[in-house]
Amino acid sequence: MSATATFTAPADATAPVAARLNATGLGVTVDGARLLDGVDFTARPGELHALLGPNGAGKSTLLGALAGDVRPSAGGVSLDGRPLGDWKLRELARERAVLLQQHDVYFPFTVRQVVEMGRSPWQGTAAEDDDERLVAEAMALCDIEALAGRTVPSLSGGERARAALARVLAQGASLLMLDEPTAALDLKHQEDVLRLVRERATSGDTVIVVVHDLSLAAAYADRVTLLQHGRVVATGTPREVLTAERIGEVYGQAVEVFEHPRTGAPLIVPLR
Amino acid sequence: MSSGATVSARPSTAPVEPVDTKPAARRGAPNGRRAAILFAALSVALVVVFLVSAGSGQLSIAPSEVIGSVLRAMGFDVGPAASPTHDVALWTIRFPRIVLALLIGAALAASGTLMQAVFSNPLAEPSVVGVSAGAALGAATAIVFGWTFLGEWSVAAAAFVAGLATTLFVYFASRTRGKTEVVTLVLTGIAINAFAGSALALLTFLGDSASREQIIFWQLGSLNGARWEQIAIIAPLVLIGLIIAFGLARTLDLFSLGERGARHLGVNVEFVRILVIVVVAVLVSAAVAFAGIIAFVGLVIPHLMRMVLGPAHRPLLIASVLGGALLMAGADLVARTAVPMADLPIGMLTSLVGGPFFFWLLRRTRRRSGGWA
Repeated sequence: MSATATFTAPADATAPVAARLNATGLGVTVDGARLLDGVDFTARPGELHALLGPNGAGKSTLLGALAGDVRPSAGGVSLDGRPLGDWKLRELARERAVLLQQHDVYFPFTVRQVVEMGRSPWQGTAAEDDDERLVAEAMALCDIEALAGRTVPSLSGGERARAALARVLAQGASLLMLDEPTAALDLKHQEDVLRLVRERATSGDTVIVVVHDLSLAAAYADRVTLLQHGRVVATGTPREVLTAERIGEVYGQAVEVFEHPRTGAPLIVPLR
Repeated sequence: MSSGATVSARPSTAPVEPVDTKPAARRGAPNGRRAAILFAALSVALVVVFLVSAGSGQLSIAPSEVIGSVLRAMGFDVGPAASPTHDVALWTIRFPRIVLALLIGAALAASGTLMQAVFSNPLAEPSVVGVSAGAALGAATAIVFGWTFLGEWSVAAAAFVAGLATTLFVYFASRTRGKTEVVTLVLTGIAINAFAGSALALLTFLGDSASREQIIFWQLGSLNGARWEQIAIIAPLVLIGLIIAFGLARTLDLFSLGERGARHLGVNVEFVRILVIVVVAVLVSAAVAFAGIIAFVGLVIPHLMRMVLGPAHRPLLIASVLGGALLMAGADLVARTAVPMADLPIGMLTSLVGGPFFFWLLRRTRRRSGGWA
């Protein structure tokens, strides 16, 4: 397990941007099990940041702690320099939206109703006037307009995932946390989702995304953080972090890393 | 940069070509119309049942007389005057009974809707999970031991305390990892109903003949002998409960995303949950205090209304309140008139219909969720 020395890329050469979300020395212990241990994490505006690592590495736990769902046993998380605990839940909901792995809806709400729920933090504010437009936009972006009148329990897994993503987008938050948004999706919709969040990042939002497909992460992410056994193994640009040697050690699977002939992004292929 | 309002407004440069997007089906408007039609139909039916029920019984009174009597009481001197005997029968016997039925029906249906929302489970219902039995146990205890520390309110207060304790117990006993499994919920209900049942039996054994009779009436559920004083006690409770419930309706929608999902949208899940549990206890104890256990209203009505309107809680609550009131008033009419010269226990009637319905719903829920989850 003591695989690779922690590697942290130097801060960007460009003007230092204040961190949107910052975690230091984060530790989470559940029933005696250390799920996270001494994790430092920073996400900046305009950044698409991918969380990578094998199953059980602590990606979802980290996302939960960053979202304020999981109370850390050590360290703390701050958003815009303010500890998460100082935020009112409603204020927080206007700043950050979270897509969980589980997107069941317990009663037969229609897709439109579920996407409209994303607007609820803005109820009673001036932004409420944008509700209809943002809901329509989010549904168009997630390609679910044709499903608007269907009830969520009647949808397929991938359709449900897209409906949940549309709800998260409609929330209009500038910090997005997505836990495996591509898990249930086909090729086209996987690329759609990453393109979509890439655009949001480019336009100034902060996006933190858990994905399993390393090449997908390498193609779209500005920075990646690689986790193993609840610790950060490396964090930096995909090119810096995703080396064949490091991936091989962390995943226990030898890989080859190629450079994409056109884009130059790393392509990770298991050694077969 | 963190002011969300401006951030949220971004150009819609869709990377996704909307290939197969037919004009988005606008479901909002027809649904609204559907709700309006349903509310109107339920209200009309309520008025009709009220008039028929007030006019039926050993003493037959024409609807026009009933209307005249009500209008006169409100200060309008119009319509045919009811004869003094009719007037007395209406105001001392029939009206209080019907009003009590309406209040109890509304309270039970609303409490069922609320429980289903916080438990995220369509089978949660006060009588099924044992809250009604718990509240009845509290009320029976107050009667047998002659507690009068709060005057007329003592019985209702004892029902409330016991109902609240039971609701809290059920909630925490049947919940694991933010979800209520159907099996756990139903088994918890069985355990509580069994315990409360035997405790009630013990109280029946201990009590004198007067309180014994009262307790037996409760277990059957009856509106017999309704008085205005009782209404004066439970009407404020029901009203407060319903007002809070309506205030929470939109928040309850978010609970169907799961607890974490609701939290991410800014809902203080713990607070809302406790508030709803208290409101459920208020509504159920108000319903139980004088009429006893009337089962399944909170199960059947919200479910039927959801089938018509969908699950959004604001219209659902309005429809459930109207539907519950209608069902109780109708059931009471049947209870009074089905067998000549006899007053059937209304709780028996609702269970006769509600039991099979519950069974059907149980099977359907199991099939839908592919197991007992």
